Amino acid sequence: MSDEQRPLPPLTDPDTRAFWKATRAGRLIYQVCQRCGRLVFHPRLHCPYCGGLELETKESAGAGTVYSYTVIRQHGHPFFGARLPYVVALIDVDEGFRMLSEVVAPPEAVRVGQRVRLDWEDLGQVKIPVFRALD
Amino acid sequence: MPRDRLAAIAGIYEFPRRIAGGLSALQIKALSAARALEDAGLGWQDVDALYDAGETGAGLTLTQYLGLHPRILDTTGVGGASFEFHAGHAARALAAGRARVALLTYGSTARSDARAIGTGGGRAPTAPATGMEVPFGLTLVGSYALVARRHMHQYGTRPEQLAEIAVTTRAHAMRNPEAVQGLHDIGIREVREITIDDVISARLIADPLRLYDCCIISDGGGAVVIVAPELARDLRQPPVWIVGAAEAVGYTENDNDITTTAARDCGPRAFAEAGVRPDEIDVAMIYDSFTITVLTILEDLGFCAKGEGGPFVEGGRLRFDRGRPALNTDGGGLSSNHPGMRGIFLLIEATRQLRGQSCSQVPGARLAIAHGNGGQLGTRHAAGTVVLAAGGT
Ligand SMILES: [Zn+2]
Repeated sequence: MSDEQRPLPPLTDPDTRAFWKATRAGRLIYQVCQRCGRLVFHPRLHCPYCGGLELETKESAGAGTVYSYTVIRQHGHPFFGARLPYVVALIDVDEGFRMLSEVVAPPEAVRVGQRVRLDWEDLGQVKIPVFRALD
Repeated sequence: MPRDRLAAIAGIYEFPRRIAGGLSALQIKALSAARALEDAGLGWQDVDALYDAGETGAGLTLTQYLGLHPRILDTTGVGGASFEFHAGHAARALAAGRARVALLTYGSTARSDARAIGTGGGRAPTAPATGMEVPFGLTLVGSYALVARRHMHQYGTRPEQLAEIAVTTRAHAMRNPEAVQGLHDIGIREVREITIDDVISARLIADPLRLYDCCIISDGGGAVVIVAPELARDLRQPPVWIVGAAEAVGYTENDNDITTTAARDCGPRAFAEAGVRPDEIDVAMIYDSFTITVLTILEDLGFCAKGEGGPFVEGGRLRFDRGRPALNTDGGGLSSNHPGMRGIFLLIEATRQLRGQSCSQVPGARLAIAHGNGGQLGTRHAAGTVVLAAGGT
């Protein structure tokens, strides 16, 4: 029944494998460019704002706000098809980066501007960062 | 009034059927090329510049299949906006004298292949950014829904206002016999005009977008022939001039406003080059993958202020028989055809309007835009604006 598991991200991609490895220890990481000081997400070799090649890895405290969301009600993949309806959102994480994730909550309880907190879904090889509604 | 005439659209063809009936995408491209060249009064080997979005493979596939030896081969592939990029590139190459006859083609059997474009998922990620999104099950519809939800939050836009766009394009489709036949052929149960109530009571696909907020999925294709200025006057059809073109991209960043599309960047540049203002445009062919795509792009192109797209579209104002601009007079992707990348149809219908050949003809139409949008609006997208002017303008 492997088709009915949540699809895994590519775990060997050179840009993002450190991010997914860190999830195993329950760490949500992002980068800060040492040249221009801006936050970089998703993780990369270079800074997309200035081309700087020295990036420091930092760990988020896992608090954020829903920037926007949608309730998925139709999906062709067996895992997501069985999970309908579910909420996918853009989360503005407090440290200053925006990431796509799931808000684990009844669809009618989610709104733009809602405070959310990081949680993990453990898939063994990797943990998936999801968010839970705080209010 | 427009300044420079870069090049002219001299030939067009739209593959009429929404179910290809055994033809391949390459065959649709070849057939459309032949018909568009015939429309222009040009021959097969007159083509010396070829533009291809890559839907049938790398550019070499099409070149050999067609049997051409172009001196320019441009394989820019940015989804549905590819053809507006191509038209802009071709116009500049022809204006500079680097070629004389450019051919753009498109062919797709998305419907026959049962491709679930908007809600499928499961495709292997090809880039680090898409890889990060894989575990979360965002669909293509969902990506646009993120924009719609944020637009509603920021500006108070209502579903009834988005619905206006679906109602108008369906009304235009019902005047287009090929669109009507197509709606029957792809299995739409009730082929008729729809109301705002129909749209806002249909089933949700990805909140807040409902069934009629989403484009249909069809087969299809077409071709466009663009020629250098010195050729334009002696051909079979009156020339439709390309007087401005620009392109841009947008994607998720840490602090950007996803309700503003890349049209905000390329639209003003295209209008400035053309020397025209949005309120002079008679026909706006705007990529309608979803209702929200049109609403945000109308704002970003300057047809109304940012955030005022909702009130702007109310009262059926985008219909061909009201004020300007008329929107997607062929029926659009929402109700005529959407084989995956419909940017070529924007150029084709804009040309029909400026020749006076549309099923929903805007009387005396002199200026049109074709604005393509490719990719996924909420995560990454490409935008291309082409400004077109009628022959005598
Ligand atoms: Zn930097």
